[in-house]
Amino acid sequence: MSDDQLLLDVRGLTVRFPTSDGVVQAVSDVTFTLSRGETLGVVGESGSGKSVSNLAIMGLLNRQRTAIAGEVVFNGRDLLTLPPEQLRDIRGKDIAMVFQDPFACLHPMYRVGAQIAEAVTAHEDVGKNRAWARAVELLGHVGIPNAKSRARDYPHQFSGGMRQRAMIAMALVHNPSILICDEPTTALDVTVQAQIIELIEAVKQEFNIGVILVTHDLGVVAETADSVMVMYAGRIMEYGPAREIFDQPQHPYAWGLLDSMPSVEKRLSALVPIEGSPPSLLAPPAGCPFHPRCRYRFEPCPVERPPLVAPVPDAHPDACHLPWEEKVREGAKRSVVRLGDVA
Amino acid sequence: MSANGNLVELEHLTKHFAVKQGVFARGTAQVHAVEDVTLAVRRGETLGIVGESGCGKSTTARLMLRLLDLTGGTVRFDGQDISHLSQRALRPLRREMQMIFQDPYSSLNPRKTVGQIVGAPFAIHGQKGAKTRVQELLETVGLSPEHYNRYPHEFSGGQRQRIGVARALALSPKLIVCDEPVSALDVSIQAQILNLLRNLQRDFNLTYVFISHDLSVIRQIADRIAVMYLGRVVEIGDSEAIYDHPKHPYTAALLSAVPRASSTGRERIVLTGDVPSPVDPPHACVFHPRCPRFHAGHCDVDTPQLRDLGPAHEAACHYPLEKWPMTDDEIRQAEGADRIERPHLEGAAHDV
Repeated sequence: MSDDQLLLDVRGLTVRFPTSDGVVQAVSDVTFTLSRGETLGVVGESGSGKSVSNLAIMGLLNRQRTAIAGEVVFNGRDLLTLPPEQLRDIRGKDIAMVFQDPFACLHPMYRVGAQIAEAVTAHEDVGKNRAWARAVELLGHVGIPNAKSRARDYPHQFSGGMRQRAMIAMALVHNPSILICDEPTTALDVTVQAQIIELIEAVKQEFNIGVILVTHDLGVVAETADSVMVMYAGRIMEYGPAREIFDQPQHPYAWGLLDSMPSVEKRLSALVPIEGSPPSLLAPPAGCPFHPRCRYRFEPCPVERPPLVAPVPDAHPDACHLPWEEKVREGAKRSVVRLGDVA
Repeated sequence: MSANGNLVELEHLTKHFAVKQGVFARGTAQVHAVEDVTLAVRRGETLGIVGESGCGKSTTARLMLRLLDLTGGTVRFDGQDISHLSQRALRPLRREMQMIFQDPYSSLNPRKTVGQIVGAPFAIHGQKGAKTRVQELLETVGLSPEHYNRYPHEFSGGQRQRIGVARALALSPKLIVCDEPVSALDVSIQAQILNLLRNLQRDFNLTYVFISHDLSVIRQIADRIAVMYLGRVVEIGDSEAIYDHPKHPYTAALLSAVPRASSTGRERIVLTGDVPSPVDPPHACVFHPRCPRFHAGHCDVDTPQLRDLGPAHEAACHYPLEKWPMTDDEIRQAEGADRIERPHLEGAAHDV
């Protein structure tokens, strides 16, 4: 991808929350890029730092109470050092966000159309009528039938799926270049989830924007993402093209995630869970944060933190000490196991 | 049906809830939460109940345990009709049927120790020697006996769910209803709990009713599956039959909607609209307003009943699927239905 397609360049993003119990190391040294037309899937379990890194990018963390380091370069400007007024011009306009819970994100006592119109007037000097017309247009655009009359509805008159559509409409108000979706389908039923995933994909194509899709659902990521970032304990464990992550994952944590996922296509003879539970971010393990749960750990793992680098020139980067030959061998073994697993 | 191989038998089970409606909540309406559900749970099996939110799967389970009163129909547990037993008369039966809840955070009392929580069933049913039993139970579910005096907040989500499992196992029940037991857990922890439940079933000869909205989880754990939609069972059968040869268009749509890690050239049947309100469910086949195989004059007039469509496989549909997988076009062309026109499009107006 050429440089003019590059939207977002995040380098060494680190977020620390000082608390009375100690410093929570929520996000450590996260580096990635996002280009136009790309969907970046961010996967990880709860507490892996996937949401916090996006809140930091959006400038939604309280700067007084949070220590944020690194760079988030958008349009040649570092969002982390931008004064709040200038950041406000970008947030909601060039970078928009869709949250998990559409029930909590709409004000129950204002009409849906009015809330979208408010988003219009927040960044644009237009009259009420123009703003309302834009709201109706966008609601129609995201597939709300009879948008003109439905815009006058209150949120409780919308179903969960329609509310999420309204939230996406609100995010699209100023033709953003980046859409951050934080668990956009987690609160929705599976058939509605399918509709929303297709809508996000259609919006991405139509507006040629970049999408960051945060989710714990590996299936959603596999279906929509172009590239995938696997996070664990605030760090990137593996980062690469989606097809490679799912077909030839390189990190033992990614193997563990995929092996513990039940499949709708067949009954597996047994799920292989990752033993133990994620570490506390107040005191993450030394060395590789995954080593206490890793079945492949050896001498360097508890001591030395593996850097996020490509183990061989044509592989994608991962943060693991395991020698490449061993990864290839284990990877081959894994695919044999998966294939022979039809119960 | 007799009390042969079936532990639980539901016949024409119905539950309506009254809701207030209209200005000043003067009128009342009925939510048709469960409508005419007939099914059996066999001894030693895992029956999965799957469906979207509001389809009545949890209500069905609660009726099965008589945690709710029935509007109509019968529930038989272990050969005994318990549909109208008083709570007092139900008490001795309660130790035979237990429940594991979805949220391991709200289903454990934060002010009680693990020992008190897991020991509560013994106290309620007046059994002695609880402490050693509780410690054994904690070991059975993969916790340590030293956890006896700890409080729930000291445990992670997965460990809390293990505490819930230990509590359910305490009185050696015959039936355990698991209501979305892994939905609140991360995928690596979810696998631990699913494996634990499977091992316990083998070791203690348990019967499970496993409720989930997650079709992959259900496939992993269930022997037989009931698919519910708007309070009705639309398809029921062996797990393999349901997943490999779904007959009801709703089941097919559900299956095709599941995002999967290994997706290659698969066509998705995207249903339009949302689930209609259970206050005023559609006439005849409740799925007809969203069905890609809808046939005017048949599906909206004549209620389909569950009928045999293969060995151990029933579905309630006038135009069951001939094969699977199907493309979107194929699914619209039901056999022997050439003269039928496509659904009215104004129907799409009140939904998405």
